[in-house]
Amino acid sequence: MAYQKVRLRRTMMFVPGNNPGMMTDAHLYGADSLMFDLEDSVKLAEKDAARFLVYNALTTLDYGDVEKVVRVNPLNTEFGKADIEAMVKAGVNIIRLPKSETAQDVIDVDNYITQCEKKYGIEVGSTGMMAAIESALGVINAYSIATASKRLIGIALGAEDYVTDLKTTRTSSGVELFHARTQIIIAARAAGIAALDTVFSNINDEEGFRREVQLIKDIGFDGKSVINPRQIAPVVEIFTPTQKEIDHAERVIGALKEAEFKGLGVVSLNGKMIDKPIVLRAQHTLELAQASGVYKRS
Amino acid sequence: MKNILGIEFPDKIEGLGNLKAFDGKRHGGTAYEDTLKAPNGHNNKMIESLEKTIELSGLKNGMTISFHHHFRNGDYIVNMVLDTLERMGFKDLVVAASSLTDCHARMIEHIKSGLVRRIETSGLRGELANAISNGLMNIPVIFRSHGGRAYAIESGELKIDVAFLGAPSCDCAGNANGISRDGDTSYDCGSLGYAMADAKYAAKTIILTNNIVPYPNTPCAIPEIDVDYIVKVDEIGDPKGIASGATRFTTNPRELKIAEMAVDVMENSGYFKDGFSFQTGTGGASLAATRFLRDRMIKKGIKANFALGGITGAIVKLHEEGLIKKLLDVQDFDLEAVRSIRENPFHCVVSGHHYAGSGIEGSAVDQLDMVVLSALEIDTNFNVNVLTGSDGVIRGAIGGHPDTASGAKMTIVAAPLIRGRIPTVLDRVNTIVTPGSTVDVFVSEYGIAVNPLRQDLIERLSSAGIKLNTIEELKNTAEKIVGKPKQIQYKDKIVGLVYYRDSSVIDVIRQV
Amino acid sequence: MEIKNSASAGTLESNDIMVILEKGTKGIEINLKSTVEKQFGEQIRDVIKKTLTDLGAEDVKVIANDRGALNCTIKARVMAAYYRVIGSTDYRWGE
Repeated sequence: MAYQKVRLRRTMMFVPGNNPGMMTDAHLYGADSLMFDLEDSVKLAEKDAARFLVYNALTTLDYGDVEKVVRVNPLNTEFGKADIEAMVKAGVNIIRLPKSETAQDVIDVDNYITQCEKKYGIEVGSTGMMAAIESALGVINAYSIATASKRLIGIALGAEDYVTDLKTTRTSSGVELFHARTQIIIAARAAGIAALDTVFSNINDEEGFRREVQLIKDIGFDGKSVINPRQIAPVVEIFTPTQKEIDHAERVIGALKEAEFKGLGVVSLNGKMIDKPIVLRAQHTLELAQASGVYKRS
Repeated sequence: MKNILGIEFPDKIEGLGNLKAFDGKRHGGTAYEDTLKAPNGHNNKMIESLEKTIELSGLKNGMTISFHHHFRNGDYIVNMVLDTLERMGFKDLVVAASSLTDCHARMIEHIKSGLVRRIETSGLRGELANAISNGLMNIPVIFRSHGGRAYAIESGELKIDVAFLGAPSCDCAGNANGISRDGDTSYDCGSLGYAMADAKYAAKTIILTNNIVPYPNTPCAIPEIDVDYIVKVDEIGDPKGIASGATRFTTNPRELKIAEMAVDVMENSGYFKDGFSFQTGTGGASLAATRFLRDRMIKKGIKANFALGGITGAIVKLHEEGLIKKLLDVQDFDLEAVRSIRENPFHCVVSGHHYAGSGIEGSAVDQLDMVVLSALEIDTNFNVNVLTGSDGVIRGAIGGHPDTASGAKMTIVAAPLIRGRIPTVLDRVNTIVTPGSTVDVFVSEYGIAVNPLRQDLIERLSSAGIKLNTIEELKNTAEKIVGKPKQIQYKDKIVGLVYYRDSSVIDVIRQV
Repeated sequence: MEIKNSASAGTLESNDIMVILEKGTKGIEINLKSTVEKQFGEQIRDVIKKTLTDLGAEDVKVIANDRGALNCTIKARVMAAYYRVIGSTDYRWGE
C-alpha cells in the first residue's frame, strides 16, 4: 500500500503546482503532508504544465517521510483524467478531489484510479484518496461521502466556496462554519477517517490563527490546511499534548494497570472513578504524544 | 648657550645630550614641521579645493592612497578622488581601500588609463570585479580581511602615503566622525572603524566632508591630531546607499528555518551562559537569528556581556532591552544603529584593529564566544569561500570572516544548502578564504554538520537531541538535487591573492 | 508527430526554464542560455535532448532560457512544450 490510512496530519501544506521554486524544499518545514495543487491555484492555460511539473517533482525528488497529496481537477473537466492518471503513475500517496457533493463523486474517481492502477501495473488500492467538502450539499452528504470508498483517508472543509454557497461571509468568530465543521468531524469519526480544517489566509494574523487552531482542535479536528511554513509551528504546538496532559494520561493508564494487577473491577485515581472513555482518551493522548515525538512509552 | 630670554645653560649635558635654546617661536620651524600644518596656520586645516589638497599632500606617482567603505553603495569619495587624480595626470597609484562595491565600476577606466596600478581591498563587486576576474590588471589584487588590513597598516607592512577619508561631520581642526551632533545628520554612517588606522598611520590624512561643524566635534572616531587637511565637498555620498532605514525582518521560510537551527546550535553548544558574547552578520538569516536568540535569552534569563562587529537595529534592540551589556561597533548597517551610537554610552565605536587585529596582542574577536557567519561555498574540510561565485568570478568580500572565525570559541557558518541550482557544499571551494580548522559548524535547511575536529561540540549537540549529519552527507544531498557541477576551468594568470590575517597567502584567484 | 508552429512552456523566473520548440531540420538542435552555463550547461543540454528523444521527437529546434532550473523542472517544461507543439493531449506517462 502506497499510503498510510492512519498517520499524523496536523498540517497539510498547500504547494502551488506551477511554481518550480517552491516545490524543491517544501518538505523541509515540518508539515505532515504536502498538498500539490493542480486545481484552483493553476490557471487554465497552464494546467498541463503544472501536471508535468508535479509529476516530475514527485518522481525525481526525495520528499522524505512527508505524505504526498495532489489536488486534481474535477473529473468532469478536460484535465481531471489526465491529472489522475499522471499522479497515480507518479506514485502519489493521496489523490484529493476538489469539491465533493455526493458519494457518486467519490466513487467515480475511485473507479478511475483503479483503471489507472491496472493500466500501469500498480497494485489496485495502493493510491489513497481525500475528499473536500465545499458546499451545503456536501455537508449534508458528509457521511455518505466519507464512507463511499475504502481509499478515503479523510475529508476536509473548504470554507471559501462553502460560505459562498451559504450566501454569507466569513467572520473572525467562524460561526458561519460551525455546523459544517462539526458535521464533517462527526461524519469522519463515524467513518473512521480523518477530519481536516480549512485554510486561514491571513498569514500575518498570528493571534487570529492561533485562536482558530485552538478552536478546531477543541472541536475534534485532526489537523489544518496551511498555506505558509510560518503557520506550521503554531499548529504543531497546539496539537501536541502538553507535559501536564501526558503526565495525567500516564497516571490514568497506571491506575488501570494497577487495577488489573490487583484484579479489581473498578479503576480509580485520586478517589475518582475512571471509566472506559477516560482510559481511551488517555491512550489516545499518549499515542498522539508519541507520534509527535514528545513522549516515549517506557 | 643663551636663549632669547637671556637664560644661560650648557650646550650639552652628560647623560642627556645636546640642548636647544628657546627662540620665541611657537614651533621649531624645521622643514619637517612645515609639511605638518596647513598653509593657513595651525588652527585651520581647511583647504579650498581637492586639487590643492592633493598638491599639498605631496602625492607622487607610484604612491599608495587609501579609502574606507563606510558609505557602502552610496559612496562618492573613491570615484571623486580618482577622477580628480586622473585629471591631474597621476599614474601608477596603489589603491588600498578597506573594501570596494558595485558603485566603483568607474575604476575600470582608471585602471585602463594607468592611474591605478594595483589594488588592495577586502572585496570587489559588480562590473569592476568581473573585469578583474577576466584579467584586467597586470598585478594581482591583494585581498585582506578587516583585521588583517588594520594590522598590516599598524605594523607598517601596508604603508599609506595619503588617506582620503570621507566623514559625515568634521570640525576645522580635523576631529572627524561618522555621525553628526550638530548640523546635517542625513549622511551619518555611524562607526568609522575602518578609517581609524588609516588616519593614524597614513603619512598624510585628508578628510572630505560636506558638513563642517563647530569645534570640537567630540566625541569622535578620528581625532584632529591624526588629520592633516580638510576639504569641504558638495556631496560625500548617497544617504540611501549609506545606511538603510528600518531593519526589515525576513519572512523567507528558508532563512527563518536556517536561523532557528543556528540558534538551536548556539543554545546547546555549551557557550550559551550568562555573560556570553556573540556576533551575527547582516543577511536575512543572521538578522532572524538575532531575533530568535533574543527569545531564548529571555526565556532562560541569560544576558550577554557584549556583541561585536557590524551593528544592526536588531542588536541595538537587545542592547536597549538590557540583554546585551556592551556593543563594540566597527561598522553600522542601518539608521537604528547610528542612532544608538549617539544615544547609548556603552555602544562604542572601535577601530578595525581593536575589533579584529591579528597581532599577538589580540583583539576583540579573541574574546568572542560565538559567531554566525554566512558563506558562498564550504567544502568537505569546512574551508569557506566568501569571495568568488560558483562561476569563479569575484563577487564578495572577506570582511571579518577569517578574523572572527579564528577568534571565536565556536564559529557557525549558516547558509542555504542550495541557492537556485548552485550547491553550497562542494568537494573543494573555488577560493579558500577561511580555513576549515577555524570553522566549527555548518547549518543549512537540510541539516547540520559539525567539524570532526570538534568532538566536544558533537557530543554536546547530540545529547541535546540535535540531529547531525556529516558534511559529506550534506554534499551528497545537494548533489542529488542539483547534479554535480562542473569544475571551473581557470586560465593560468593570477588575478587575486587571498591573504590570511597574517599576510600569508591562503589561496590564489585565477583569471576565468 | 508533426510539429506545426512553435510552442513554449516555462517562465523566466528563477529556478525555472523557458523552453521554445520549433520545427527543425537536422535532428535536435539546442540553443541554450543559462545562468549556470559553466557549471551545468552540458547537463542541461543532455536532459533536454534525452527528454525529447524519449518522447520520440526527431527534427526539433530548441530555444531555452534557463534560470537555474533543476533537471525535473527542465524535463517538465520540455514535455509540456513538446505536447503543446505537436498539439496532442495523448500523454504517455513513465519510462
